[in-house]
Amino acid sequence: MTRYILRRLAISFGVLFVGSFLMYVLTINSGDPLEDLRESTANNRDTLIAARIDNMGLDLPWYQRYWQWLTGVGGCFVGRCDLGTDRSGSDVLSLLQQSASATLRLVTIATIAAIIIGIIVGILTAIRQYSGFDYVVTFLTFLFFSLPVFWAAVLLKEYGAIRYNDWIADPHVSVLQAVLIGIALGFVLQGVMGGRMKRRLLTGGVTAVFTISALLYFTSVGWWRSPALGPVLVILVALAFAVGITALVAGLGNKRVLYSTLTTVGIGSVLYFVLGGALDEPNWWLLLGLFASAIVVGLVVGYFMGGYSRGQAMGLSAVTAAFMAFLTFADRLVYAWGSFLQLKPRPISTIGASTPNFPGDFWETTLDWGAQLLLPSILLTLISVATYSRYTRSSMLETMNQDYVRTARSKGLSERTVITKHAFRNAMIPITTIVALDFAALIGGAVITENVFGWKGMGAMFKTGLTQVDPNPVMAFFLVTGTAAVIMNLVADLAYASLDPRIRR
Amino acid sequence: MSDERRDAAMQGSPEPLPHAGTEIDDPKFADKSYSQGQLVRRRFFRHKGALAGLAVLLFITLLAFTSIGIGSIPGWWDKDFTTTGSIVNGGKPTLGWFHLGEHPFGQDTTGRDYFALVMRGTQISLVIAFVVGIVSTIIGTIVGAIAGYFRGWAESLLMRVTDLFIIIPLLVFAAVLGRIAGQSGIFALALVLAGVTWTGLARLVRGEVLSLREREFVSAAQAIGTGHWRIIFRHILPNTIGVIIVATTFAIASAILLETSLSYLGFGVQPPDISLGSLIDQYQTAFTSRPWLFWFPGLFILAIALSVNFIGDGLRDAFDPRQGKDG
Repeated sequence: MTRYILRRLAISFGVLFVGSFLMYVLTINSGDPLEDLRESTANNRDTLIAARIDNMGLDLPWYQRYWQWLTGVGGCFVGRCDLGTDRSGSDVLSLLQQSASATLRLVTIATIAAIIIGIIVGILTAIRQYSGFDYVVTFLTFLFFSLPVFWAAVLLKEYGAIRYNDWIADPHVSVLQAVLIGIALGFVLQGVMGGRMKRRLLTGGVTAVFTISALLYFTSVGWWRSPALGPVLVILVALAFAVGITALVAGLGNKRVLYSTLTTVGIGSVLYFVLGGALDEPNWWLLLGLFASAIVVGLVVGYFMGGYSRGQAMGLSAVTAAFMAFLTFADRLVYAWGSFLQLKPRPISTIGASTPNFPGDFWETTLDWGAQLLLPSILLTLISVATYSRYTRSSMLETMNQDYVRTARSKGLSERTVITKHAFRNAMIPITTIVALDFAALIGGAVITENVFGWKGMGAMFKTGLTQVDPNPVMAFFLVTGTAAVIMNLVADLAYASLDPRIRR
Repeated sequence: MSDERRDAAMQGSPEPLPHAGTEIDDPKFADKSYSQGQLVRRRFFRHKGALAGLAVLLFITLLAFTSIGIGSIPGWWDKDFTTTGSIVNGGKPTLGWFHLGEHPFGQDTTGRDYFALVMRGTQISLVIAFVVGIVSTIIGTIVGAIAGYFRGWAESLLMRVTDLFIIIPLLVFAAVLGRIAGQSGIFALALVLAGVTWTGLARLVRGEVLSLREREFVSAAQAIGTGHWRIIFRHILPNTIGVIIVATTFAIASAILLETSLSYLGFGVQPPDISLGSLIDQYQTAFTSRPWLFWFPGLFILAIALSVNFIGDGLRDAFDPRQGKDG
């Protein structure tokens, strides 16, 4: 196994090296770096040209320039990174440090969201094959496949963000709107749930009534501008999650797992009140530490209460604890929305990666980030969701036709066990590959979305670098995305090995 | 499968088929034998989405090429995409339900007829998409067949090149190449784009060839002393034709999105040529004042890509019914 991974890593770095060489040579040959100065009429034209030749090392032959760049990058291994300077002489490494975090945040969030939504939608469409839901989702995936990102981005900006910002200034849901939204949601949900007419009507009806009353209630208490979840809702949702995930993975008959996840929720609820004060002005390290300790608590609870199904209890309790921690985080974040609106009356931004000189506290700044990230990540997610759900669907259908699934059914296992244990686990194997391969495409998509939303991220760095025939910013972009892609591939290999024991040999 | 049968598969038979509408895959109705081509064609024409896609694509192609003409051949539309004029009624589109009007898609900021501009962009985008699709299919098929049949260095080279495209985002690589080639016209751009998009198909063909080369008919051909190239082109590749055609359609759909994205970023089609992507780039800031300048090119990209994707889906079901309706 170690040898396999080391071999893959060596190949990846070899390819990275060849790729960097190709990119460098192609970039410096893609145009004339002095074009704008040659046409300029400034008095000090010759000085400017000389300065740029000096900054970019244009008096050196190309292989010496590449060698300079390569040795600078090689310095990263001994802690002295030097990515060169751009054409005006500023240090590319510090430019990269400013821009990389925004882009990587965007791509990571989009990848995670797309994996979760894509896999869930893919499984649902596979289970409900040839239902109305399946056909609608199939059409939507085709639509997203065919959507020009840059065009959809402008539409989303104009019709999503600006309309929402207008609406939030005076949020009001009329009865008619609430009824329409409720009926639409109910219709969608009955399609997903399927079953007989009676069951469908019941699902649709309950959903519609619940949605309508919730919308009207929210409007009447002014929830849209000062929302809150509150401890009761947090604990209820966490309980529902614990029961749901136990029912899905272990089955409610497995009392030890059920009690273990419920205990985790209990401990989480106590901690919710105990730790309340510490979360007033936290930082990311504190939150990460709390998140990690929540998982440890889940593992410990599972270890002592799991009994005969210790492994499953530990895993599910840890997931429940993580969910509970996330809910507490979301609770705080939602609570900060009211004061955030005071600071920023038009919340969803269409330009830039963060509001300059934003004065808010930790929660408000996080909300500001989120508001900036929302639109670009929706776009990136949509396109990947189309790919992932499609692959999950066909992969699930393929495994559901296998003999071992029929065997599992015929020995009387419940449909839940058949799908989660026998079909889903095997269907995941090809999907890990797709996710890893798709990562590079997502970064490519990020270049476009950054351009539309005017982010000063790595995509912009790449675009201006290429327009100005300036190799160092382009290569810095390549270095980060290439390394990220290598790491994603490594993660995929590891996931692959854990899903398919045959690989480990 | 023999060559004759495959030839028939490609041409099909023009005769009308008996008992239309019945399930021809069912052995019950096997009183008349159908060639592979007839089966594929019938399955394709039963796929409503694919038929609609085909109709839309044909309509758009005809509209784009007949309206403003090709090169020096004039079309039926009386305005061209270079003449500026006075702006009528703020340049608003005059397109109604049953009439075109003077400027059906409106006018741009300098008074040019936007319908002619969009048609010109559609022409160029379509030409690039088809050239990219076909050329990348040819490269991919040949490389994939060589890698799968001879294995050895060709295979490892193919695998390393595919690894390269996992690490360099396709759009980024294409942008760098497009910036070089875009200045030399649309065909150079199309060839360059084909040069970076063939790897997926090559892997697919390699996989097919890997399994086909172990089959008896290949051993038989080798036993009677058939040359390697003849085996590849006459015996193995005809058996992968379904995979190749389907992949070509999807390649065309992604090529149109790649080209328009590049042109939008400014690394694709360069002025004076117009692409649907560069039109959007040019007028996206005009969205609030003249939204139609933004709507029409995007809708055309969407319509073309969507219809090609639907055709590809129909073709896949037709060539490989196992993947379609039956799971």
